[in-house]
Amino acid sequence: MSDSTVTAQETAGSAQAHHGEHPPYQRHHFESVEQQFDTTNFAMWLFLLTEVMFFGGLFMAYLLMRNWYYPAFVEASHQLNIGWGTANTAVLISSSFTMAMGVYSAEMRRKGALVFFLVLTFILGLAFLGIKSIEYSEKWEKFHIPGIRYSTSAFTNPQSDPEVYKEYHDKPLPPDMASKTELYFFLYFAMTGMHALHMIIGIAILGFMIFRAKNDAYTTGHVTFVENFGLYWHFVDIIWIFLFPLLYLISRY
Amino acid sequence: MSAATIVTLPDQSTARIPKMNFLTKENGLLSWLLTGDHKRIATLYLISITFFFFIGGALAGLIRLELLTPQSDLMAADTYNKVFTMHGVIMVFFFLVPSVPATIGNFLIPMMVGAKDLALPKVNLLSWYLYVVAGFMAIYTMASGGVDTGWTFTTPLSTHYLNTHVISTGLAIFVAGFSSIFTGLNFIVTIHKMRCPGMTWFRLPLFVWSNYAASILMVLGTPVLAITLVLIVLERTVGIGVFDPAKGGDPLLFQHLFWFYSHPAVYIMILPGMGVISEVVSTFSRKRVFGYTAVAFSSVAIAVFGFFVWAHHMFIMGISNYAVLVFSLLTMLVAVPSAIKIFNWAFTLYKGSITFETPMLYAFGFMGLFTIGGLTGVFLGASGTDIHLTETYFIVAHFHFVMVGGMLMAFLSGIHFWWPKWTGRMYPEKISQLAAVVTFIGFNFTFFPQFILGMLGMPRRYAAYPPEFQVLNVFSTAGASILGVGYLLPIIYLTWSLKYGAIAGNNPWQATGLEWQTQSPPLTENFPEIPIMDHEAYDYEWLEAQQRKEVASV
Amino acid sequence: MSAANANQGHEQDHEHDSEHHIVGPMVYLSIVLALLFFTGITVWASYIDLGETRLFNTGLTIFWNPVVALAIACTKMVLVVLFFMHVKYSTKLTKLTVLSGLFTFIALIGMTLTDYVSRAWGRW
Repeated sequence: MSDSTVTAQETAGSAQAHHGEHPPYQRHHFESVEQQFDTTNFAMWLFLLTEVMFFGGLFMAYLLMRNWYYPAFVEASHQLNIGWGTANTAVLISSSFTMAMGVYSAEMRRKGALVFFLVLTFILGLAFLGIKSIEYSEKWEKFHIPGIRYSTSAFTNPQSDPEVYKEYHDKPLPPDMASKTELYFFLYFAMTGMHALHMIIGIAILGFMIFRAKNDAYTTGHVTFVENFGLYWHFVDIIWIFLFPLLYLISRY
Repeated sequence: MSAATIVTLPDQSTARIPKMNFLTKENGLLSWLLTGDHKRIATLYLISITFFFFIGGALAGLIRLELLTPQSDLMAADTYNKVFTMHGVIMVFFFLVPSVPATIGNFLIPMMVGAKDLALPKVNLLSWYLYVVAGFMAIYTMASGGVDTGWTFTTPLSTHYLNTHVISTGLAIFVAGFSSIFTGLNFIVTIHKMRCPGMTWFRLPLFVWSNYAASILMVLGTPVLAITLVLIVLERTVGIGVFDPAKGGDPLLFQHLFWFYSHPAVYIMILPGMGVISEVVSTFSRKRVFGYTAVAFSSVAIAVFGFFVWAHHMFIMGISNYAVLVFSLLTMLVAVPSAIKIFNWAFTLYKGSITFETPMLYAFGFMGLFTIGGLTGVFLGASGTDIHLTETYFIVAHFHFVMVGGMLMAFLSGIHFWWPKWTGRMYPEKISQLAAVVTFIGFNFTFFPQFILGMLGMPRRYAAYPPEFQVLNVFSTAGASILGVGYLLPIIYLTWSLKYGAIAGNNPWQATGLEWQTQSPPLTENFPEIPIMDHEAYDYEWLEAQQRKEVASV
Repeated sequence: MSAANANQGHEQDHEHDSEHHIVGPMVYLSIVLALLFFTGITVWASYIDLGETRLFNTGLTIFWNPVVALAIACTKMVLVVLFFMHVKYSTKLTKLTVLSGLFTFIALIGMTLTDYVSRAWGRW
């Protein structure tokens, strides 16, 4: 495998450098900054693999239930506001862009730009959560909180919900199929909730990073943290890229 | 047993433990609790898993005591359910999964690849703390009444029909799972990125290959267990319904997700043990492992194939016949790489200079008992036989043969083999050989009757059983008491050896491998300078040349 | 500050050499526009009934709406992975890692489906 020769070359190269002359951010068990960067990058990718498999279980459950109770899932998904969903998708995609620009700024050692883009990403992340909370509170209003405050009346009698009925003219569901809409909402809250939890953690770390970025932590050559966080942020974006069509776009015709 | 031995110790009258080593580098509790040194973390892990091993062992003792009589007279059936559940949970998640990787693997892998530490020392420490937190949660669960679902948490029993501490156990395992993930992640990164100059993949010791394969399983499989446990918790708290037929869910979905991890988990448990056996068999036959490439690739093959066979735990649960067919065929496939390894070890022994020190005794035990356990696995993989044998004591015997007769013996083999490197002292050979033999005898008495019990039809997880099964159960319990002695002895003499054992020197076994070229116990940074690997793995000629050079250059 | 300005635009002179390719803003901009475009397409497509195709031999029916939606989502994912996450410019190891993650995910879904899909087929 090629990475062994890379390691050898790096080590051979840095063996010429004296022991004490490595940058302060290089940990002692690494032979070079490149090795440290490569290693932590690879580690972050492996962590993202664990996240893929973690969400995988939820996607499997969703796939199964959607297949078994398709009519319920269609009508339940009509309850989601496609405007908010699309807006959220656009917000997250833009935040991925600003995050990537942040990484670029760190690599170009431009502190002002880095802080600017990190703050933008932070704001866009908050905007996403804000829209999510609007959607969640709407679910609360309409008695679509499964297990706690739930009513199938919007599905057994679609005309009782004029806003949605106007758009989709859903047929009334028989009671046993209507009860499966609760399953849809459980999966909706579980999947978007798990995603939102990851967003919250990401935003918290972003806050920390903005503070550190202002103190030149990432613009003196040590971009690892920003780059690896960027990977995490893009991953959270990818999860939403799949959640959006699966939850919102089941069938709107 | 011949008196021949390869042990070469330094002159005891003048030998001293090196003053500067990883144990003496810093003192004080915080230097241990905040350490980044992989060897100290390995030591912390060793103490923790030994603690949990004895709790799990005590629970096993209670099981065997109850099963002495056909009636459920020692404890109520519900209590018995709690006992075997906790035995399973503790032994699987708190002992077997971290056993070799977190202790021996943590200790050795940086040294074996020629690095100063693992790639992510802080993540390593976090991994231990997660293990400890999970351990506390498990102990809390036991103290507050336990859980009685069986370690497999089958739905809908665990979600709808029981009122025991499923949630806290589930969360404890969730945390322990992340401990495992971080260990595996660290290993993969270290093995890819931190090999010393000259250390190509095919010069790595096979122990590293095995741990690498196990680490892939840890990283890719454990998260699925994590989400499954989250779903169980959600099912029990909020009533989410994915596993509830009344709400439209499918209880079998739980089993698919659970076994998607838990089958690779058994390979997580056994692969590092197989790595130990490769090292031990080579050293004690003074021969390079036969078919290095085959053994290396078969480790990875076990990992990959292991992801495709999980539904063989579900043959009678209601999956479709076609799925049964597919998974049964794939299960036959996965047995092949394991068999390849046994063949390779056997051919390593052939025409080798074999000696019978304790690690080798455990390795022989492993090879015989794992073969039996593995073959019975093939019997169970055939769905026709599985339908009759599943959920009987045949299964119990099968997995104890591979896990206890296999993995635990490999663990003990590894502990004895690397004890001199870890502590600088040798364990007492005679009593340890006795303990190995006692363990082997006790093991066979305990678990072989269980194969017969299973074929006769005794179901597993029953506190009361028909009286015609009593004789074999008594045999099994008698064996268990012998086995218990066999496991207690190492605790005693290994602790004794810390103070009174012979000084081991760098390489008491005349083994190849980078870890044996440094002092015992090693320095905190492992090597004064990063080594350069210029020879193949298990290169005994290179070792001889080294020794001749050392003698000549006094 | 001035040192940072001096580095502006001199990507080849940057300390992180050929191993560490730096992706420029124009690439990012075109990708984000593509992603937003695809988002619009997928929303638009969900309002159109794309019909179904029956495969008579197997009794399988392909409903095109979810297929198209997932295809677009996969395309977006590929763009994010390759360009935002720099995988296009990464080592073979990184690419292999991403593929192995996808592979395991597909294995989970696919192999579980062998059970669910075949349940309705009845006994032999």
